[in-house]
Amino acid sequence: MSKDIRIRKGLDIKLVGEAEKVTSEATKSNVYAIKPDDFHGIVPKVIAKQGTEVKAGEPLFHSKTNENMLFPSPVSGEVVEIVRGAKRKILTFKILADKEQQFADFGAKDVKSMSGDEIKTHLLASGCWPFIKQRPYDVIANPDVAPKAIFISAYSTAPLAADLEYVLAGKENELQTAITALSKLTEGSVHVSIGKNENSPFTGLDNITSHNVSGPHPAGNVGVQIAKVDPINKGEVVWVVNPHDLVIIGELLLTGKFNSERIIALAGSSVKTPKYFKTRIGAEVSSVIYDSGVKDNNIRVISGNVLTGDNVKPDGHLGFYHDMITVIPEGNDYEFFGWNKPIFNKISPSRALTFSWLFPNKKYDLNTNTNGEHRAFVVTGNYESVFPMDIYPLQILKACAVNDLDAMEQLGMYEVAPEDFALTEFICVSKQPHQQIIREGLDLMLKEIG
Amino acid sequence: MSLKSKLHNLKLKYKGTKMAPAFNAIHTFLYLPDETTHSGAHVRAADDLKRTMNTVIMSLVPCLIFGMFNAGYQHHLALGEIEAASNGFFSSTFWTLDNLTIGLWKILPLVIISYGVGLAVEFLFAVIKGHEVEEGYLVTGMLVPLIVPVDTPLWMLAVAVIFGVVIGKEVFGGTGMNILNPALTIRAFLFFAYPTWMSGDKVWVHGAVERANEIAGGAQLDAISGETILGGLAQGKNIIGSGDATYSVMDAFYGFIPGSVGETSALLILLGAAFLIFTKIGSWRIMLSAVIGTLVMGLIFNGVTNAGWISESSKFYALMNLEFWKHLIVGGIAFGIVFMATDPVTASQTNKGKWIYGFLIGFISILIRVFNPAYPEGVFLAILLMNVFAPTIDHYVVQGNVKKRMKRLKLKTA
Repeated sequence: MSKDIRIRKGLDIKLVGEAEKVTSEATKSNVYAIKPDDFHGIVPKVIAKQGTEVKAGEPLFHSKTNENMLFPSPVSGEVVEIVRGAKRKILTFKILADKEQQFADFGAKDVKSMSGDEIKTHLLASGCWPFIKQRPYDVIANPDVAPKAIFISAYSTAPLAADLEYVLAGKENELQTAITALSKLTEGSVHVSIGKNENSPFTGLDNITSHNVSGPHPAGNVGVQIAKVDPINKGEVVWVVNPHDLVIIGELLLTGKFNSERIIALAGSSVKTPKYFKTRIGAEVSSVIYDSGVKDNNIRVISGNVLTGDNVKPDGHLGFYHDMITVIPEGNDYEFFGWNKPIFNKISPSRALTFSWLFPNKKYDLNTNTNGEHRAFVVTGNYESVFPMDIYPLQILKACAVNDLDAMEQLGMYEVAPEDFALTEFICVSKQPHQQIIREGLDLMLKEIG
Repeated sequence: MSLKSKLHNLKLKYKGTKMAPAFNAIHTFLYLPDETTHSGAHVRAADDLKRTMNTVIMSLVPCLIFGMFNAGYQHHLALGEIEAASNGFFSSTFWTLDNLTIGLWKILPLVIISYGVGLAVEFLFAVIKGHEVEEGYLVTGMLVPLIVPVDTPLWMLAVAVIFGVVIGKEVFGGTGMNILNPALTIRAFLFFAYPTWMSGDKVWVHGAVERANEIAGGAQLDAISGETILGGLAQGKNIIGSGDATYSVMDAFYGFIPGSVGETSALLILLGAAFLIFTKIGSWRIMLSAVIGTLVMGLIFNGVTNAGWISESSKFYALMNLEFWKHLIVGGIAFGIVFMATDPVTASQTNKGKWIYGFLIGFISILIRVFNPAYPEGVFLAILLMNVFAPTIDHYVVQGNVKKRMKRLKLKTA
């Protein structure tokens, strides 16, 4: 049953430095990295010890709680280093890539004739399982619990997000294969949300229930779409997959190779020539940013978008789930009377001598300054204006802050993910860390309720 | 070395010491800090709490300036030195330097004491408890001089401010944690501790108390009448209206009437309200619903008198019989609705709750005003009362959302 999803509450953060629709081959990285922290809640158990030669798709580690859940190497090469942090926590697996890539052969499959269980086993064994995440809790899906539905958001509204229409062009075959496979893992449907009036590669695919989405960010957040189509109740599970990860899953099923290649957008006001690059999961960020050039040394390099991405530093690596790198100026400078003078060059949801309401189409060059100090929650009613779910954002944040599990559950914690609170965090007058508060709340629930 | 880098070095020097919050308060007043995002969203919107509070202060400035002129105007008028302002809002007998001088002389000390004492307490608590100096008092400090009578002794104000900031706010943990509006806590303290200075017919015009004392001491002078409008109305006098009324409706709307410093000009309060709503800082829901609440209660009372359910000899009759809309232009209700009821910390926090909260403030204000002439103004009590009930309102609003979710679950499992 197709549904039109129209979002009114929200805010499009328009930034300068949108990627031009030109794709270059990224310089080959020497070292690729997989960070277990990208897989929230997973405790890694090393399979490929330091010095091991791995092929692309062969496992580096498995989850401590489920040894069938394997995490693949994005390239073939030698595991040169396993970086550990405090308490010997594994921070990064570093793989020195071979000149000639070798792929582990998982065998080409005919998806149509496979059963759900066979597909599940195949995805787990080939390291594609981590691409499937679940709500509630926003963690990698538990293979033992069948979801009531699978959601894919093919509509990107995040700031400077990669244009899915452009990135996924010509990948219809892979997408279809992946969707056919996923549709066997649920009794419900595979819901795909497509931007209204967009010529998406998903239109015309079989086995999907498509929805037309329109409206400002967070209309493209899969959590918002789930809430509008089929909200999650206590005890229910929904799986979500990113479109660019579907391509990898599809290619694996079609060819038997785990090909971690993806087209990423390099964007942001600090990039000289923002454009698209063909690269691999875990590639060195420097392999793309210095190709396009950066304008300054005082920059922040973000794997992902400015609202939810990770600060990876210029010597960091592309995250497992990310399809873009954003580079913006650091804002570690003082601004004289910055709190009371009229502001024209920053975005503001209010009109308190801030004038972004006058220029709805202007693109801004925002830096990482918080524009104020951390305070207790004071202002009310403003989160609601950018939060389209039927949930009280301030109340749920407070419930998380005081670890009130009952209140969290009652207020709809099963339906939210940290990314849903990125906009409330952006506009927060008290500069509270909303996504962190929600993440910690979800972790507590996962631990206590499960 | 520039001021910026000098201050930065000082900040590093004070970091971790007891005095860090005090220094930071001054530093962040001059410069937006160099803090960058650490978790979550990497960019943030331009608004911070300082900007928000500053917007409220800006909306109060017209009321403050008008209050200064009005203090002098009421004084000179009572002495019979000037003619009553008669030709509109920009009346020449009102906007005079003479009037302003009296106003500056009387009201600036109130502002200075309010800010000086209040901020001193804030700084002290910040240093002792090691948290940052929070901006809440910037607005409170501006509100306090606007809601007291012009002749309020400074020591009294200082005592009240200390009480209000400590008991009203700091014991709960500071800005954002308080249950009662601190400015109104200060007002309530003054009202109950020093009632003779806060109501009656001697406090609303500068010089009235002094003159009364002189007369009592045997001086041959005319007493200055500093009667409250509401007190007069309660006695059934024709104070606001046409004909032989003391003040015309427009006088009351413009604010050429005695009253607390900043509360008299409905016109400028309306201007402040428009500014707060336009900037999206003040809640239009609370303002609108409170006005509706006021009018509804006024209409009910008008209905009671029209139906003849109450005799004219009743002491409640006069105020009940006041045309319902006149409630909005006399007393402090307009000021209370726009600037005090909308305090986000103590008001309801849900949008639905704000409608209920605002409505009840208007409703109860008029109830108190009419039935308890001993408290000539009900709005501050009504707001404090609703401050206490705001969490309860929110609780039921949020429960509505929770029930909806439970129902959805039941439908699924059924």
